[in-house]
Amino acid sequence: MNNIVAIFKKEFKSFFISPIAYVFITVYLVVTNFLFFQSFFLINQADMRGYFGLLPWIFLLFVPAVTMRSWAEEKKVKTLELLQTWPVSDMQVVLGKFLAALSFVTIAILLSFTIPVTISILGSPDPGPIWGGYIGAILMGAAYLAIGLWVSSYTENQIIAFIVGVVVTFLIFIIGSPFVTMAAPSWMVPALTYLGLGNHFESIERGVIDSRDILYYISVVGFFLFLNIQSLGSRKWE
Amino acid sequence: MSLTNSTFMLEVKNLNKKFGDFHAVKNLNFQIRKGEIFGFLGPNGAGKTTTMRMVTCYMPPSSGSIQVEGLDTSFQSLAVRKKIGYLAESNPLYSDMTVQEYLKFVGEIRGISGSKLQSRIGEMFSVCGLTKMAYRQIGKLSKGYRQRVGLAQAMIHNPDLLILDEPMSGLDPNQIIEIRNLIKNLGREKTVIYCSHILSEVSATCDRILIINDGEIVASGTPDELTQKSSKGNRYMAKIKGDRSDIESKVLSITGVSRINILKVDSDWVSAEIDASQDDIGESLFRCVVDNGWSLSELRHESASLEDVFTQLTRG
Repeated sequence: MNNIVAIFKKEFKSFFISPIAYVFITVYLVVTNFLFFQSFFLINQADMRGYFGLLPWIFLLFVPAVTMRSWAEEKKVKTLELLQTWPVSDMQVVLGKFLAALSFVTIAILLSFTIPVTISILGSPDPGPIWGGYIGAILMGAAYLAIGLWVSSYTENQIIAFIVGVVVTFLIFIIGSPFVTMAAPSWMVPALTYLGLGNHFESIERGVIDSRDILYYISVVGFFLFLNIQSLGSRKWE
Repeated sequence: MSLTNSTFMLEVKNLNKKFGDFHAVKNLNFQIRKGEIFGFLGPNGAGKTTTMRMVTCYMPPSSGSIQVEGLDTSFQSLAVRKKIGYLAESNPLYSDMTVQEYLKFVGEIRGISGSKLQSRIGEMFSVCGLTKMAYRQIGKLSKGYRQRVGLAQAMIHNPDLLILDEPMSGLDPNQIIEIRNLIKNLGREKTVIYCSHILSEVSATCDRILIINDGEIVASGTPDELTQKSSKGNRYMAKIKGDRSDIESKVLSITGVSRINILKVDSDWVSAEIDASQDDIGESLFRCVVDNGWSLSELRHESASLEDVFTQLTRG
């Protein structure tokens, strides 16, 4: 546990040592606010549906950028060799890194609090979907992060980690969308709909917190963190 | 196999490592006793770093076993890693952290905390001469200081077994002397494995030396034992004033002299390298010079250096 905390602290701080974190959060907030308020006054409804609807797409670019350097950088400067001769298990390192990235993304998400505040001033929104939306966004962010981290563990090049991360996340996102399910054989449709990253977010975002959706995101996170631990161990059988 | 009674700090048995078709380490067998400073020597690419990576649990052996104080690296990896301090060859560091932050992080990973950690960090600063650099970013340090940070990292938890892979690279002569003394001091209580391809470094510090080449042990022993193994035999260096061809023929006729090699002729002074097949031809050489009426300004017996042993053994 102490090891996870040590890795977590180090990773979390490393986001903020360079100005990248601040640039990142700023760009994230500016882009999402701009896109949201662009249509907000046209639709003229006091809710955040439009905002949360953007997130699966914004995360597609935003999250792999957070995770791209996690392993790639360690591999490139060979600190991974050192890390793996210290008395920490691969699982502790993976968890530490994941939790640090999750905290960073959560901070970015929560810094959009100005939107619900603004809406509350302008009208009287239903708080349920807003709370649900935030919980869903964090869960979805966690799933994207686990995928991005896993991808990063296969390369020492950050750019490759980013691009492949975007592609893999996009594929898992799109398999559940109507675009694919319409073309797929009918017996596969329920499975594809269940596996798609976006579908579970839609119901949470409507304010319906279903344990199946939460379970789905936790499983995705668990699955990809597991793959990540395996890929770190693969050095042993090279 | 008991943990406490193990007399060896490190025991390597039939160790092999293959990378595909490449057989990097071939059937290594050696033991290191507690409190020894052990030199692990070989030319670049001999398998030193690969062996150390297996000892530090970074990669498992293809076959064979490694035990650190009776603990097996394959089955008790975390326990083994706690005992070891490792300065890797490339000395990787987290360059965006300050020296202080980095050592604190390593200490926490090593399970040290609170005031104990503070005092260990302070100790490392003074031992490694890092006090002035405490709040500098590691990425902005010079190579010598980075090397010291790597050393501090390896020693912060006071490890039983300290593995230093090319610790002197990038250090200036003064720092080399400092670090060499540091290693010697450490060797009084701790076991140190010192990997290098620079022989003079190792022979100055180590109690025992193992030389490997192409993944195989080619020699082992104390520095003195190894020196004696040289096939170079007896060599004399002489500087004689006289006629070159005269000297050559006369010296060769001395019994026991097998070869004479003129190195340099400077006006009348001839510098020669004389190999003898039997011991102690110094006196006959001197007589020869006197009898011929030459002058002698230098005559010394050269014993084979470790460098020669190393070259002989690793060039095949």
